[in-house]
Amino acid sequence: MKKWVEPVSTAWAGITSHKLRSFLTILGIVIGVAAVISLMSIGKGAQADIMARIGSLGSDLVTISRGSSSFRGFRSAAGSAQTLTQEDAEAIAEQVAYVDLVAPIYSKSLQLVVGGENMNSAVTGVPPEYREIRHLEIGYGAFFSDYEYQRGAKVIVLGSEVKETLFGDTDPIGQQIRMGNNIVRVIGVMESKGATFGSPDNSILIPLTAMQQMVAQPRTAQGERVISSISLKVGDEEQASYVTEEITSLLRTRHRLGPNIDDDFRVRSMQEISESLTATTELMTKFLGAVAAIALLVGGIGVMNIMLVSVLERTREIGIRKALGATERDIWGQFLIEAVFLTFTGGIIGVVVGWVVSAVVDRMEIMTTVVTAGVVILAVSVSVGIGLFFGFYPAWNASRLNPIEALRSE
Amino acid sequence: MIRLQDITKVYPMGKRELTVLNGVTINIEKGELVAIMGPSGSGKSTMLNLLGCLDQPTSGSYYLEDREVSHLSSGELAMVRSQKIGFVFQTFNLLPRISALANVELGMRYAGGVDRQRAMEALDRVGLSDRANHHPTELSGGEMQRVAIARALVKNPPLVLADEPTGNLDSVSGEEIMSILTSLHTEQDITLVMITHEADIAHHCQRIIYLKDGQVISEETE
Repeated sequence: MKKWVEPVSTAWAGITSHKLRSFLTILGIVIGVAAVISLMSIGKGAQADIMARIGSLGSDLVTISRGSSSFRGFRSAAGSAQTLTQEDAEAIAEQVAYVDLVAPIYSKSLQLVVGGENMNSAVTGVPPEYREIRHLEIGYGAFFSDYEYQRGAKVIVLGSEVKETLFGDTDPIGQQIRMGNNIVRVIGVMESKGATFGSPDNSILIPLTAMQQMVAQPRTAQGERVISSISLKVGDEEQASYVTEEITSLLRTRHRLGPNIDDDFRVRSMQEISESLTATTELMTKFLGAVAAIALLVGGIGVMNIMLVSVLERTREIGIRKALGATERDIWGQFLIEAVFLTFTGGIIGVVVGWVVSAVVDRMEIMTTVVTAGVVILAVSVSVGIGLFFGFYPAWNASRLNPIEALRSE
Repeated sequence: MIRLQDITKVYPMGKRELTVLNGVTINIEKGELVAIMGPSGSGKSTMLNLLGCLDQPTSGSYYLEDREVSHLSSGELAMVRSQKIGFVFQTFNLLPRISALANVELGMRYAGGVDRQRAMEALDRVGLSDRANHHPTELSGGEMQRVAIARALVKNPPLVLADEPTGNLDSVSGEEIMSILTSLHTEQDITLVMITHEADIAHHCQRIIYLKDGQVISEETE
């Protein structure tokens, strides 16, 4: 027989002789490992989800929104400052390096009449560049052209959800809608991007020029045309933070903000948002992992407990084995193999259970889950490590027993 | 085979010391069948433990097959036990959860490797080949002791030590065990040392050593 067969079969006999006890010990490890696998998969899934959504929005996107105005130290709500202007957008396009495209955006809630129904909805006036900046895909119909923009054509492009609300299953292309005192024509519908921040699914886009004809656009004291926000595309993603800094200092100069006054606008690059979200989900993954690790640790302590009891209970057996010529290493090895066998079995079953749990969570669309090979290898090797660590002391105890006293024990 | 020279064994008992063996000198030749007798507390169990390399003397020397073993490490002692010594205990000391055959195989486990064929042969020699797959709990006392004898002899050790081998058996089974031991002794040319307090059991042996208060007080040869 091979050298390792006998110790393993001895350990196997030790495990099978107390089936319920071995099962419960393994269960502790199974729960720990399954918790690690499923919780980590949820964390990784959330991470992958966010990365995919950010990818669909475009990581080269920078948005500038209105900040809060402050007047003599009193600050009002964010977005209340009527400071961002179309002239700001033009200045950015001219003066800031690495900026490819700039879109000033003006949105306003308008009354829509479709068929017999009356509703209020936010309408967003944008230039044609907006489509490329936001990576919008047209499901059917078309986006408005430069020519339509220049002549202020009253045409609109709908988000997929708005189209659903307004037209249901009927083809909206060419349909006319009353918007305020004007009639506009639907020329396109955008593809859905799913529920994300700044999702275009709920928006109604119209050329900014047409918007300016339909509603009175407010002006600042300097006579500049107030807009809601600015979206822009950075030529080189690496330069996103440089671009944000440049825009900040340019706008501070343009808005004549003194050194002690806060910005009255907010510049955010998708790069930054994605970094902070990634950091958040990584933290969440680590936190979930830590919780699961505690479960695994408790399982490991269970293994140690059982092994100590087992050594105590088998004192006489140890004495017999020693009398028959077993060395301390033989005894030590026997109990250590037994402990590792328990935790390894628990680890394997735990991986399967964890995998099933995360697959069910994923299938039921509760959360996206991703089981990575790294996590599986980590969980199994940690469970083996737990067997070695928590099995060491009981095994050492067993090996150090005096054979005469061990033989005398009941 | 066995040479004990001025062996003492002292156990610390709190602040006092308890001298269990006090200058024992014995020679046992290869192939002898020896009984050690004595009242309880005479040190005969301690002596058997020393002979079996389960314990070490406080002073004195123990030569087993001309090798000084009284100062060996615990690992080396385990080696000596596995290669040279077979034990038969009063309480049989079989593992209860494995079969008779597996118990016999355990005798070879630490002495080079398990050989099922030889284990079966050993069981056959004690007349239990038909009980190979029975667990110890399904066997009578005499049968359990026969399994224990098979376990001690399966690795063909030069020395077999028996601690009151008939002490837990009725007189019929006891006689049976003694006849098995004596016949195996003659067949296999082993040295057999046993402890007993039953005179009629001791008289199966060629030589009887009487111990009292840790000293050899007399010896007789049949």
